[in-house]
Amino acid sequence: MKPRGSPGLWLILAGVLTVSLFPVVSDNAAMREVLFSVLLAITLASSLNIILGYTGYISFGHVVFFGLGGYVGLYLISAYGASLWVALPAAGAAGALLAFLLGKAILRLRGSFFALATIGVNEAMRALFNNLPRFGGSTGIALNFSVYEAYGGATRALWLAYGLMIALTLAILLISYRTKTSKFGLGLMAIREDEDAAEVLGVVTPTAKTWAYVLSAIMPAMAGVLYYFKNSSIEPNDAFQLSFSIELLVMVMLGGSGTVLGPVLGAAGYQLLRNSLLISPFFKNSQLVVSGVVLLLIILFIPVGAVGWLRRRFPRLRKTLI
Amino acid sequence: MSILKVDGVTKSFGGLRALTNVSFDLPEGQILGLIGPNGAGKTTFFNVISGVYPPSEGRITFRDQDITGKKPYDLAHLGIARTHQIVRPLNELTVRENVMTGACFGRENKNLNQAGEIADQVMAFVGLAGHSERLAGSLNVAEKKRLELARALAARPYLLLLDEVLAGLNQSEIDIMIGAIRAVRSQGVAIILIEHVMRATMSLSDRLIVLNHGEQIAEGTPSEILNNQQVIEAYLGDPELAKRLMESEQGHGNS
Amino acid sequence: MQYVVDGLLIGCVYGLAAMGMTLIWGVMDVINMAHGVLIALGSFGMYLLFTNLGINPYLGVVLAGAGGLLLGIGIYRVAIRRVLDTSHLSTLLATFAVNMILVGLGTAAFSTNPRAVDVNLGSLTIGSVTVQTTRLVAALASILIAGALYLFLNRTSPGKFIRAITNNRNAAEIVGIHSQRMLALSFGLGCMLATLAGGLIATFFPFSILSGDTYQVKSFIIVVLGGLGNPLGALVGGLILGLLEGIVPAFLPISWVPVIEFVLFILILIVKPTGLFGGKE
Repeated sequence: MKPRGSPGLWLILAGVLTVSLFPVVSDNAAMREVLFSVLLAITLASSLNIILGYTGYISFGHVVFFGLGGYVGLYLISAYGASLWVALPAAGAAGALLAFLLGKAILRLRGSFFALATIGVNEAMRALFNNLPRFGGSTGIALNFSVYEAYGGATRALWLAYGLMIALTLAILLISYRTKTSKFGLGLMAIREDEDAAEVLGVVTPTAKTWAYVLSAIMPAMAGVLYYFKNSSIEPNDAFQLSFSIELLVMVMLGGSGTVLGPVLGAAGYQLLRNSLLISPFFKNSQLVVSGVVLLLIILFIPVGAVGWLRRRFPRLRKTLI
Repeated sequence: MSILKVDGVTKSFGGLRALTNVSFDLPEGQILGLIGPNGAGKTTFFNVISGVYPPSEGRITFRDQDITGKKPYDLAHLGIARTHQIVRPLNELTVRENVMTGACFGRENKNLNQAGEIADQVMAFVGLAGHSERLAGSLNVAEKKRLELARALAARPYLLLLDEVLAGLNQSEIDIMIGAIRAVRSQGVAIILIEHVMRATMSLSDRLIVLNHGEQIAEGTPSEILNNQQVIEAYLGDPELAKRLMESEQGHGNS
Repeated sequence: MQYVVDGLLIGCVYGLAAMGMTLIWGVMDVINMAHGVLIALGSFGMYLLFTNLGINPYLGVVLAGAGGLLLGIGIYRVAIRRVLDTSHLSTLLATFAVNMILVGLGTAAFSTNPRAVDVNLGSLTIGSVTVQTTRLVAALASILIAGALYLFLNRTSPGKFIRAITNNRNAAEIVGIHSQRMLALSFGLGCMLATLAGGLIATFFPFSILSGDTYQVKSFIIVVLGGLGNPLGALVGGLILGLLEGIVPAFLPISWVPVIEFVLFILILIVKPTGLFGGKE
């Protein structure tokens, strides 16, 4: 039937990899930092896309997995001297577990109720971590700089984190593609289009939704470890920032929900736009207003996002613009 | 073998009795017509059979297995498929993908490749082959109805529930559908048919059940039903029309 | 006892704020993500009128409410109308975009520094309980406004039209109700209730453009507690939440209050999403 991976997928992977290697090749730390934030955004947006774009469930509080992963990772590193190679999978498992338990509880809620529940979960986690002394309460966890010695010093640790971030991004893109082109993905999209009809057709909706949610939680958790490892500290208000969740939603919508390419373009576009706007003093103050206006215009006029629009405009390119 | 055995099924929504004590047996390869005025409980009955909600009382047995209260996806896996009165296409998926879902998640649990092949066959059968790559949401009503049917058929069910699949179609479209339904039956699928298009229903059904206010007021062959006084008063209205329908049914015979 | 009374008083105002959200949600199935910033704008409206024009704070609240009504109608026409029946995501993001715009403009105009309005009406002491009069007035005003809303919805024509479109919009249109006007009015009313609450809150709490966020989240909880689209339920839900906030600090550090609120929120969503008093699904 289909050849192994469509040309669109290879283009995306090649594109992301090539651009990501620029700072490595030119040993440019500033560029690396910019691209780290872009890759982070792509990873998170693509993960969100699995539950939002493929399954149709609006997760407003997706940042909770990012924050939880960061906390689990930094806790293991600071309290047990664990290495990244332990912290990363542990965080991923924690994210998956939270998603699994949450899924059982709240995935039966539809539409706005689910969205609100995810906000509630995020806020509850934030409030909870604010109160847990083991995780540093409202001060959070700070890593001792000696931690970086195990990786050959702080500079090398930062480069390592960047390399791992590239790996995570490529992984989520592959996962996103495989999900979309699999039978599992077909079931998810049936749920998105009409959940009741999907049930009548035989899609076991509770199981499918839970797996989608679990899948969407793993990468953000691991990305959280990398981000806060670089940051060397984590505190609750920063880790569970609702506005970050919303930004992820904007990225997915901007690029095109339900596609593999959409979150990539949306995340990259949003981050780069944001960074360039923040330099100009005028835009710095009006960043929120400008973002709000852009979001509103997209919602009102091009809700399918950039990739969706391109696919409709150029049907021949549908095979590539996946 | 008896495909479906419905025993004393009653369904209430709060104080409202939608179905009262409906009972019948459906053998393999038979077409059962379910008729009655609007609001008689026909679609509610389908919803109970396909697991959308459980009956308040009574039992439903499918191929000797008690399926009372089972979830829709379990019933799909056992071999029950249905179409909806108000069509429910998976709008942003293509026609082909829509039909594939029937094959993938239905009784036979096919993988994507196999489902694709089945989809191609079924689309040709219902006449949608040319529309394979179109988004389901862009089809017109008649095409969407065919898609509903194709999706249900792709699961190769033992029992097919058709809910007003002819509504809104013109005469030639109806004739095509009738042909398709007969072909499905000849493959051994049992069919329950909710319809208001009387000529087609009378000509297709081996047996009829008439519902009125949730109660089963008659059961029998088309000619028995057409002569049934209660049915005429409740639903068919004009005894002369009943006679004419009967004559036309005999005239059309088994085309 | 002091805690209980304080909690109940502030609960009334919470309830008033939540009523705005539940009204909009009930009528048109839209969650107003700009609810919080509207509350903050209500506070600012009253503050500006009082500080710059010397207008009586309570009159300022009323004027802020009027502003909220007009702003709400405007928001509906510009941002909501087009996407109203498309998808939950679209309306959620549309109101959120409005939120971003208003917060951005508000920050530019007012910065994020907290402001306070000095309204001192002294205090009342009954038995062992001392109550700030401003809080008492705010609570009473909230109840009055709630009563007015009830009368409006049940005794006036526009109110009945609004109930009609909530019940079944198509049927209402068929009998000649101008649904778009009613929808705009409903949204405006919801925003008005938010700004009124904001104005009242400003009479006894400091505020900033960002303080609305906390109230918005509380409103979510109250709306779900009280039942979607159920204004009376929102008032009672507000009382419950206020009570909780009053009593919990007696037993746990105050930082645990949000945790309890959110766990309660999630539990209600899971166990009885139609709320304690019933509402729409």
